[in-house]
Amino acid sequence: MTAQQETNQTPGPGKPLDGVNVLDFCWVAVGPMTTKYLGEYGATVVRVESVKRPGTLRNAAPFRDGISGINRSGYFASYNANKMGITVDMRHPRARELMLRMAKWAHLVTENFTPGTMESWELGFDQLKEVNPGLVMFSTSMMGRGGPMERQPGFGPVLSSLVGLTNLTGWPDRDPVNPYGAYTDFIVPRFAVAAILAGLDRSRRTGEGVHIDMSQLETTLHFSAPVLLDYAVNNREQARAGNRDPGAAPHGAYLCSGNDRWLAIGCFSDQHWEGLQRTIAPDGKGWPYNPDFATLLSRKANEDELDHLLTDWTSSWEVGALMETLQSAGVPAGMVNDCRDLFEDAQLQHRGHFQWLDHPEIGPYATDTSEMVLSLSPGSLDTPAPLLGEHNSHVLKDLIGLTDEEYKSLEEDGVLE
Amino acid sequence: MPGAQGGIDFLLEPYRVLDLTDERGLLAGKILADMGADVLQVEPLGGSPARNVGPFHGDDPQPEKSLFWWAYAANKRSITLNLEHKDGQELLKKLVAKADFLIESFSPGYLEGLGLGYEKLAEINPKLVMVSITPFGQDGPYSNYQATDIVGMALGGFMYLTGDDDRAPVRISFPHFYLHGGAAGATAAMLAHTYRVTSGQGQYVDVSCQQAVAKTLAHAPQIWDIEGAILKRQGVYRQTSGENRVRINWPCKDGYVNYMVQGGTVAYSTRALLDWMKEDKFDTADLDAVDWEKMGYGAITPELMAQLGGPLGDFFKGHTRAELVQGSLDRRILLFPVATPSALQGHPQLEARGYFREIEHPELGETVQYPGAFIKSGDGRDIAGVYRRPPLIGEHNVQVYQEEMGLSSSELETLKRSGVI
Repeated sequence: MTAQQETNQTPGPGKPLDGVNVLDFCWVAVGPMTTKYLGEYGATVVRVESVKRPGTLRNAAPFRDGISGINRSGYFASYNANKMGITVDMRHPRARELMLRMAKWAHLVTENFTPGTMESWELGFDQLKEVNPGLVMFSTSMMGRGGPMERQPGFGPVLSSLVGLTNLTGWPDRDPVNPYGAYTDFIVPRFAVAAILAGLDRSRRTGEGVHIDMSQLETTLHFSAPVLLDYAVNNREQARAGNRDPGAAPHGAYLCSGNDRWLAIGCFSDQHWEGLQRTIAPDGKGWPYNPDFATLLSRKANEDELDHLLTDWTSSWEVGALMETLQSAGVPAGMVNDCRDLFEDAQLQHRGHFQWLDHPEIGPYATDTSEMVLSLSPGSLDTPAPLLGEHNSHVLKDLIGLTDEEYKSLEEDGVLE
Repeated sequence: MPGAQGGIDFLLEPYRVLDLTDERGLLAGKILADMGADVLQVEPLGGSPARNVGPFHGDDPQPEKSLFWWAYAANKRSITLNLEHKDGQELLKKLVAKADFLIESFSPGYLEGLGLGYEKLAEINPKLVMVSITPFGQDGPYSNYQATDIVGMALGGFMYLTGDDDRAPVRISFPHFYLHGGAAGATAAMLAHTYRVTSGQGQYVDVSCQQAVAKTLAHAPQIWDIEGAILKRQGVYRQTSGENRVRINWPCKDGYVNYMVQGGTVAYSTRALLDWMKEDKFDTADLDAVDWEKMGYGAITPELMAQLGGPLGDFFKGHTRAELVQGSLDRRILLFPVATPSALQGHPQLEARGYFREIEHPELGETVQYPGAFIKSGDGRDIAGVYRRPPLIGEHNVQVYQEEMGLSSSELETLKRSGVI
């Protein structure tokens, strides 16, 4: 926030980022998830999009009724709630002048292009800060700026491999598998929002803007830092271990009744194991009391047999009932929720995890809210993702202050698509 | 101050954080410490339980040698404090009076039970931002559930989508459940801080790790909501549309590579790979005949995938990972390594950016290479990063209690004798 903004701010109930203006060039997933948090917590986020080259997510499934369309992607809709959208031909000679006006309005510019793209439009940080010295700019790319691989192409699933997470996922007797989806795209945004807000804080205190450069590779490595240290210090290359854990037995996902239903169980302490023993054999007799399973070390030594016997027992249970039964006995147990289960999960419902927004083309659609509840200034998702170019007039006239003539000339010149 | 030598200060230097978390929340304070905040790790007597989490330096399972602790406590200072002791509670309140943030990961209700809940602490410091990180949140049907990593990764929806389709779902072998919550804790702290800056008021923040994991699932929940379809795990494959899926992980001579056959705008990559295969005397005539240029995303049928799988798999098995990665760079093939820790250590991009940093461990007479900053400034200067080795148990007791809070040495001795510090 700049000093100028502070004077405009009225203290009192509201959202943390009320009055923060964001000029958002982010696209695909990692950037839009980052700026979704900002919008949820009050920032005015304006996405700059292109009609000629619409972002990948606008064409990504799922589509309501299976009918595709530039405004119909459920994927795009989820990650762009609470944002406005304008459509600009960034290759048009007059696009720069318009973006500089917007950069003056903005407290924050965000982008996740290949490094060098903003500079190619002469909209790099050095140029932007000339018109707005307190500006915070956030850039994120796969590999970070500079270095021999800064322009390496790729996307989330590739980064899971590059960062070493694929190597840590799967069964030891099978090939490694990717953590689901573009996993790293959903690790990075929390670091990104924390860094952006730290940058805005510093700008407010010092009056000096800052350009934050986030390498998604470097950020995601913090999700395996002890594994890297294990190599640096002990020269050990950790690899995938299925569902085994060195500190627990039994530990895994166990088959339950029905189709592809599983319950995760992890017994780290005597109390956990004793709760499991009591539940399986309330009379204190039978295989759970076999001396082979009496201690953690003996359970680890006989883990294959333990898993086999435990599966025989779990496979006749309905997964939800078994989770509740084991939890009430003090055993860590959790359903392997599929995506339908997530919508029916009692705790996620209690937290209001999914929220429905009404979209003019998609109709009511679900999107996830943030994982934190702020007691005094909670976030909220209030508006659906923008239609392509929906807010051209509102943003440029009402927020930026273009006159009707200026707006018309941008339209006629094809700067606005 | 960490950033002074770089000519630019770290982003959060004016702020102090009291970090009461254990292995379930350490990352939140670490993120703030990396950006320059003064993070005081408040440990129970004998040290944080996070110090029991392996792996260990030299495989020696001692609290000062936990690499998990090292990774997530570097940059912090450590004091010990017995929160269940009256004097300990008074000391915490004194610390709270001068702190900007307090982060904790105890079971819901634990701090309230000690008279240290948010309401009490806010009476002392109304500007305090207090963040609680728990598996499921402070209330609700699961709030008292026993949770471990695998339980959380299951309930968050991650596991169902990960692993081979003919076996049980899998988690990531290095636990991530609490890291998602920890990272969210840093986000939450900064959101509440931003509100404090403009309103003058602190507040309480309740973070759910389960929700944090459920937010990693891309469009899978939307596919259920909008199409009524439940996505399933695909092993080494990636689903591209309906029944169509392409293989993405392939074994090579000494490890694995990530390669996804694609057409359309990146048909050049597939063509280049087929040309390379011809150099190795593979007969690719049938595959050359495929109109890759006209093949849209998701158009590779199971039949075509089966036809490709044999020769491609044989080709990859005939080369090392390094050969495949370098050859692909030279030929513009979109192939990437399935990296192992050793490959990351010598990674050319990480080296060029100076990512890994040597940190001295004088107590061991060694220097250790740590993962570095998750952000830099755009011109390459440090605005965050690793600058201080993880603290020994209570290493900063004298510095904090005596030098900063003004306790006398005899008071410190009394507190030590009575099991407070």
